[in-house]
Amino acid sequence: MSKVNLIIDGIEVVADSSDTILEAAKKAGIEIPTLCYLKDVCQDGACRVCVVEVKGKANLVTSCNNKVAEGMIVETNNNRVMKARKTNIELVLSNHNKKCLTCGKNLKCKLQKLSYEFGCDETKTGGEVESKLDLSSPCIVRDNSKCVLCGRCVNMCKNIQATSAIAKQYRGYSTIVGCQFDKPVEESTCVGCGQCVLVCPTGALLETSNISKVTNFMNDPENIVIAQVAPAVRVALGEEFGYQMGDFVEGKMVTALKRCGFNKVFDVNVGADLTVLEESAELIDRLTKGEKLPLFTSCCPAWKKYLSIHYPEYVSHLSSCKSPNEMLGAVIKNYYAKVNDIDPAKIKVVAVMPCTAKKHEIVGNEDVDAVLTTRELAALIKMKNINFNMLPDSAFDNPLGNYSGAALIFGVTGGVTEAALRTVADKLTDGKGAVDFKTVRQSNGLKEIKLTVSDKNLSICVVNGLKNAETVLEQIVKGKKHYDFVEVMACPGGCVNGGGQPFVDYTKTDYYDVAKLRARGLYKHDQKLESRKSHQNTQVMDLYENFLVPNGLHKKLLHHHHEE
Amino acid sequence: MTYKELVELREARLKEIDVRFNKNSPNKEIMVCSSTGCKSNHGDAVIKAFEQALKQNNITNVTVGRTGCFGLCALGPIVIVYPEGTFYCRVTEEAAKEIVETHIKNGQVATKYLYDPEVPTQTTKADIDFYKKQHFIARKDSEYINPENILDYVALFGYTALYKAVTEMTPQGVIDEVKLSGLRGRGGAGFTTGVKWELTAKETAKQKYVVCNADEGDPGAFMDRSIVESDPHKLIEAMAIAAYAVGASKGYVYLRAEYPLAGQRLEKAIKDAKKYGFLGKNIFGTDFSFDLTIKFGAGAFVCGEETALMHSLEGKRGEPRNRPPYPAQSGVFKCPTVLNNVETYANITEIIKNGGEWYKQIGMGKSTGTKVFALSGKVRHTGLIELPMGTTLREIIFDIGGGVPNGKKFKAVQIGGPSGACLPEDKLDLPVTYDDLSANGAMMGSGGLIVLDEDSSMVEVAKFFLEFICDESCGKCTPCRIGNKRLLELLNKLLDGKGTMEDIDELEALSHFIKENSLCGLGQTSPNPVLSTLRYFRNEYEDLVKNAGKPKTPKYRINKEKCIGCSACSRACPVKCINGEIRSPFEIDEEKCIGCGTCQRTCKFNAIEKV
Repeated sequence: MSKVNLIIDGIEVVADSSDTILEAAKKAGIEIPTLCYLKDVCQDGACRVCVVEVKGKANLVTSCNNKVAEGMIVETNNNRVMKARKTNIELVLSNHNKKCLTCGKNLKCKLQKLSYEFGCDETKTGGEVESKLDLSSPCIVRDNSKCVLCGRCVNMCKNIQATSAIAKQYRGYSTIVGCQFDKPVEESTCVGCGQCVLVCPTGALLETSNISKVTNFMNDPENIVIAQVAPAVRVALGEEFGYQMGDFVEGKMVTALKRCGFNKVFDVNVGADLTVLEESAELIDRLTKGEKLPLFTSCCPAWKKYLSIHYPEYVSHLSSCKSPNEMLGAVIKNYYAKVNDIDPAKIKVVAVMPCTAKKHEIVGNEDVDAVLTTRELAALIKMKNINFNMLPDSAFDNPLGNYSGAALIFGVTGGVTEAALRTVADKLTDGKGAVDFKTVRQSNGLKEIKLTVSDKNLSICVVNGLKNAETVLEQIVKGKKHYDFVEVMACPGGCVNGGGQPFVDYTKTDYYDVAKLRARGLYKHDQKLESRKSHQNTQVMDLYENFLVPNGLHKKLLHHHHEE
Repeated sequence: MTYKELVELREARLKEIDVRFNKNSPNKEIMVCSSTGCKSNHGDAVIKAFEQALKQNNITNVTVGRTGCFGLCALGPIVIVYPEGTFYCRVTEEAAKEIVETHIKNGQVATKYLYDPEVPTQTTKADIDFYKKQHFIARKDSEYINPENILDYVALFGYTALYKAVTEMTPQGVIDEVKLSGLRGRGGAGFTTGVKWELTAKETAKQKYVVCNADEGDPGAFMDRSIVESDPHKLIEAMAIAAYAVGASKGYVYLRAEYPLAGQRLEKAIKDAKKYGFLGKNIFGTDFSFDLTIKFGAGAFVCGEETALMHSLEGKRGEPRNRPPYPAQSGVFKCPTVLNNVETYANITEIIKNGGEWYKQIGMGKSTGTKVFALSGKVRHTGLIELPMGTTLREIIFDIGGGVPNGKKFKAVQIGGPSGACLPEDKLDLPVTYDDLSANGAMMGSGGLIVLDEDSSMVEVAKFFLEFICDESCGKCTPCRIGNKRLLELLNKLLDGKGTMEDIDELEALSHFIKENSLCGLGQTSPNPVLSTLRYFRNEYEDLVKNAGKPKTPKYRINKEKCIGCSACSRACPVKCINGEIRSPFEIDEEKCIGCGTCQRTCKFNAIEKV
């Protein structure tokens, strides 16, 4: 790549010719403020906060989407630029619902931060801005009165998630982001993945909160309130309390949950181990029969919804397995209730998930009663005045608290595939299968893998991000590609980067990859575990031997019975 | 189609329509303008009336036909009678009968329907002041052509420019000729057309596009519509030439859906051009192939901005994007694209026929050729006019437009549409060129010219255009979306008598901010109406502050000695604030009066005076 020389704020910078001014400035240690810009997602230049002065240009130019040129002289912080930025922010503020104190994004709002940094006058206003809440969705709450029309959510929904549930509508001052035909979110093609929530710089998009639902469960002494936690939560929750991305805080998390008032804390990883066993059996079965291939994973509710909306004819290819979350809920309400002689109606299962889509998974489903996102759990912990950093470690409760490494890596793209392979390989080779299948890891969105296990040639595709899923599906539909197994996680990078995970300071994501850092936490812990294959989880094998198989329940409790 | 066939086609048709050019023709042809203006003035009924009158009188050597637009739309329907070329205005069905009776049967001019019945010597287009200084290139020949007949176009040397280009010239030769002509974009910004073509020609992509911007959106401007309606083949031929020059094989005309007639005619013209081989594969037996498609826009003003237009053309939301990349590198469907406006293309065929050197001689300095303007507002003759660049505003408004009517004084002229500016009286001698206009804070824009008289409030004018911008901003970038709204609020505050001098400063600062920070051309020019009125009429803004609370509009009073009590004013008043008894003096309720002046204009006895 060719290099260009330019001067930014008097500093000589050597940049790649493909760099934007913003990127080149970063190389010189200059952080140009941005509002709508988001690496790989949004370079619309809509907010105009990142404007800079380029010598020879009459107007200010946006640094996020204008490229560097040889000999360019740029000023990023002179009086004209600073005044323009401030006016831009003040204009946005003048049309913003400034109920910041109780906003879900308070202290994490990019607009709030910029307003403070630029000393903006928040009283310049175009009149009171009323809340415009859309509470229709079990996953996502939209409030257009806080929308700054940056376009991040729209770009995310359309270009990365291939969903286009939201788009800009109307013109001029009346422009809003909304769903097709102005319908509420729930009636749109929204799959609930929550990626829009992650990228929204303000409080215009948030998850639908289940916190009060959960505290109400706890307030009824008759209830047995049980938490079950997804794998990806434990490598991200710490961020809310000052830990680094990917720090493994499982022990403190379990203690915190108990102190929050949960009667039992179980691990969705047990459900994941069950899923591996069920799904790998299903794969072997379909491979033997040679039907309904490729087998699609069914852990991700956003993916399942996407498939049912856009490719309904392929729904039968989904694994019939319930998601690990649903499986464990079913096991708790049947097995755990029976063993401990509890009325299942009194058991309230609260899933803690990195995910917003899980909130629609439980609609009309008796296995799980409420879903908290990682962010909601952090809020609950803070609300219950628990000093997370000082907590001792605890272990998950038994009998549903032991897990294998295979289950743990369900939280990252490629994890479901690797977990299944660990079991399938053992089954096909009489226990001599490999443990690590590193080739399926680190999918940048779409990774094809050809593997030979025993004498079987497997063609696998690991996908994250629904746009990539669309690409794969189109190829399958057109008959250009044939796979045996396709793993799809709707969120880029997998559940570690789920729509319910802690908000990230996106000015920093130009420097590191959030999903990869969190994934590293899971892989590191997987290495340390004694049992790393699902069928080596003795607790799970006991469950089969002593409950599921003798009672003939494993099909009933662990599988969906899709109408075909 | 070979050259021989083209010549044969032309000569055959020329014989058929000889009456239009040969003063000694024994036949006559009555041609009625069939563009939207005259059509909506019952032009079709007028045609029927002519046909009926001729039939009743058993006249067989006179045919009735349709022409393109004459530009004098306010006086429509326009009718021209060949071979004399007698030019009739305001022709109703009744008038049609009279014209047949007087003109056709008795060989007399029906003076009642002349341009100015009081000057019966002005019988032809050439005699009329309105046309005397005009120079037709883009709108040339439309009075001879039935827009729906491709052969009429061929008869007037249509498609010979395309023949010349593809058989006698290299693509670079075409570009050189257009560059030499100095032709600049007529859509607003005035970028040199030849350079634009050259940049696209240099790109090596397999697929390139030629696009025509026919999304005319400026309030009051309709020259593009007029060209497409009157002479659609001129556009098709020019686009084919452009395609040959840049190496494109596919073209789009992005036409606003509010122009149904233009759409129908262009559609028919494309079909006919394909039939005769002027479009399609191997044009004139060469390797050059070109196909043209119409895309209809849904009427967003911003879709006249090139990047927004291309998004809309691709089926996306009409939102502008950052440039670079420019369309020449990455345009429609990410392919190199030439995008020109209708009027720009309308100059191309003449440039190819007559050469760039010829074209360059017309106009002034770096603004060569002619420009079509839509003249409207407080001026006697409104309509479309085409003039050599460099004509002064005074010539346009007073010589062609006939000056300000009703004895009012000229105050300003708003030029360039919503992004344009208001120029005061002392700029009347400004030659209308790209550079002179921009040096004075205005712009050519698409060529709207709105004349304002002494009664016009310049702040109200600024408000009118700003309201338009607020409606039509795409809403993408902050300065245009929110800034213009705040600007409008400030204007309203001033107009409500609640403003302060600081508000005027704020108005100015915010305007400059929007200009410097907006994403696209629309936003960057959106505060021009405010800035130019502030520049030339700041006193009117200050008066609003100084006179806060006092009536802002002129008041009218009825002179009781002159009023005869006819009640005409009372009936005309839009707010019904004039009352009285018939045959005794009426009275105006000053509280309710909005100062519109309708009563004064209605009164035939000069009984209403401005206070």
